Amino acid sequence: MATSAEGLEGLEKLEELQKRSHPIRAVVALVVGLVGLVFAIALSISFGAADISLSTVWKAVFNFSSDLTEHQIIHEIRLPRVLGAALVGACFAVSGAIMQGMTRNPLADSGLLGLNAGAAFMLAVCFAFFPGLSYMYIIMWSFLGAGLGVAIVYGVGSIAKGGLTPMRLVLAGAAVSALLGALGEGIALYFRIGQDLAFWYAGGVSGTKWSHLQIMGPWILAAMIGALILSRSITLLSLGEEIAIGLGQRTGIIKVWGMIIVLVLAGAAVSVVGAVGFVGLIVPHLTRYIVGHDYRWIISCSVVYGALLVVLADFIARIINPPYESPIGALIAFIGVPFFLYLARKGGKEL
Amino acid sequence: MSHYSYLTASQQKTRKKNLFILSILTILIIITFIISMNTGVIKLTPMEVLSTLFGQGDAQQQLILFEFRLPRIIVAVLVGMGLAISGAILQGISRNALADPGILGINAGAGLMVMLFISFFPATAAAPVFLLPVLAFIGSGMTAILIYALSYKRHEGITPMRLLLTGIAVAAGISSAMIVLTLRLSPENYQFVATWLAGSIWGSNWKFVLALLPWIVVLLPFVYSKSRVLNVLNLGELTAVGLGASIEKERRWLLAASVGLAGASVSVSGGIGFVGLIAPHLARQLVGAKHQILLPASALVGGLLVLMADTIGRSLLEPSEIPAGIVVAVLGAPYFLYLLARLKQ
Repeated sequence: MATSAEGLEGLEKLEELQKRSHPIRAVVALVVGLVGLVFAIALSISFGAADISLSTVWKAVFNFSSDLTEHQIIHEIRLPRVLGAALVGACFAVSGAIMQGMTRNPLADSGLLGLNAGAAFMLAVCFAFFPGLSYMYIIMWSFLGAGLGVAIVYGVGSIAKGGLTPMRLVLAGAAVSALLGALGEGIALYFRIGQDLAFWYAGGVSGTKWSHLQIMGPWILAAMIGALILSRSITLLSLGEEIAIGLGQRTGIIKVWGMIIVLVLAGAAVSVVGAVGFVGLIVPHLTRYIVGHDYRWIISCSVVYGALLVVLADFIARIINPPYESPIGALIAFIGVPFFLYLARKGGKEL
Repeated sequence: MSHYSYLTASQQKTRKKNLFILSILTILIIITFIISMNTGVIKLTPMEVLSTLFGQGDAQQQLILFEFRLPRIIVAVLVGMGLAISGAILQGISRNALADPGILGINAGAGLMVMLFISFFPATAAAPVFLLPVLAFIGSGMTAILIYALSYKRHEGITPMRLLLTGIAVAAGISSAMIVLTLRLSPENYQFVATWLAGSIWGSNWKFVLALLPWIVVLLPFVYSKSRVLNVLNLGELTAVGLGASIEKERRWLLAASVGLAGASVSVSGGIGFVGLIAPHLARQLVGAKHQILLPASALVGGLLVLMADTIGRSLLEPSEIPAGIVVAVLGAPYFLYLLARLKQ
């Protein structure tokens, strides 16, 4: 009886939600976003110490000849870098979208909930104890680290009296980040690997190589496909756990798979760029505002707009103060902090 | 007033117990002080330390103790006291068990000013050190005002949780600004700022002791004289108004004192967090919630904590040093999580 009543209620909510989702706007947003992304990538490739015209960029990508220096620059340095930025952005944004949907927590973001700090801590451990480890293993350690961070945060959050409120999770995330950050710094100081790590901590995509992309590519692709498969279930979960069960969802399995996807995405992104926060917070909120509450559209738009955000941030980081590069993590925080304050002011309840 | 007289016997007992606890804490600080004096590349026996302290040591021993170790130890103790009292005030006036100048982002504001200071007066030059706490106070004060304004909502005032969230966000923003600013520093200044951020007691020099001391000497007694106000504020706003305390005014003065203590301490010690959180809590467990006794106990616990952290950091991995801030964070973050888990919404 109860389940059928909940099922009915769920169906009503679902209908209401479908009314509030805007497929046409979503398609338009996707197309606009993709065009913008291609344009941003082209712009980012053409700009640098050696200015390269857009037509050369086009030729270098689609008609590569290894004799030309400009083609070499594009192929070996700029292209992997900008693709790395796009991938990282997509990863952070999708992991944020999944977390926000599954936990109905508007403040969910891999940076705020300790995943990024966990992955960064594991990187320090890797550099200290297994120097010269290949990137293939580093990325796996990074997944483990992200898991460690989130396990502590949720562990503390769920022991707490009064349960897992969004604010409490953010506070626990801040404390866990401080703890893992301090441990990582201690390790870095002791083993004198601060220089190697600074590159990660500062959060830059400048060192991305094709080999990195090759290794993380399959992981990210698999996780993204998984996210899209799960997206319908995440929409139902975002209506509330009981409703999702009433509509015949096996919420336990969905949550486990969702969490694994989040760990892979956040871990892979941190292993490239370091603990950059706020992408996973801003982008899903933005896309939700445009496309409504259907996670099929939120996740696919988050891929595009997350990529766009980080590519643009990386581009701006290079042009602010040439020849130096500003850390993109800091740049994104300049948008992310006010946005977070706005959400916190709303009380962190609505989602 | 009548119940006072018949509580006297037990009150006297508590007073004795409290005095006992305060003296134990003092003795612990002295013991750690002696251990810390012995910690370093050049070993000195406790006897040598004592005889040097009383002017009987040779030139090398005197140099090591008086020019290097002693100022550092004194700075560590003063910083610990300042941060602990700052935290005790914040917890008292906001009735928020998780308040701490580090978590609330006040330390970050001081840090930003210190960084600006360093970029204008490189670490090598003879910088006007006494300006440092003043600048840090301005930085932390502006940050405190910003956080207060951002977390204030009409009709609701300020809720503890929103205050903390705002503080975390503002601290994140400020540290981003600092990261961007570090790019403009020369390599040696950059290294210096990096160690500062990690919270190493860098001002190990008599100049810094003199720069920090006035703040502690003036503000600690001031705060102590407000113990009764803090007790009343702790009862809750309505009770406090009922008892005739002009809340807003008192609260602002205390907040200013708290910000001043945190800023001055952090300007010399670097980014040490969690002391202001842990020390008052431990002190409350030891002596109870009355501020007349809680404040001195917090100060002693805080001084002991930072001194121990610094000593551990120096001795654990000789000859490299772990900044005290890291040691404190490794101890303090789990404690924060524990408090968070115990706290009711």
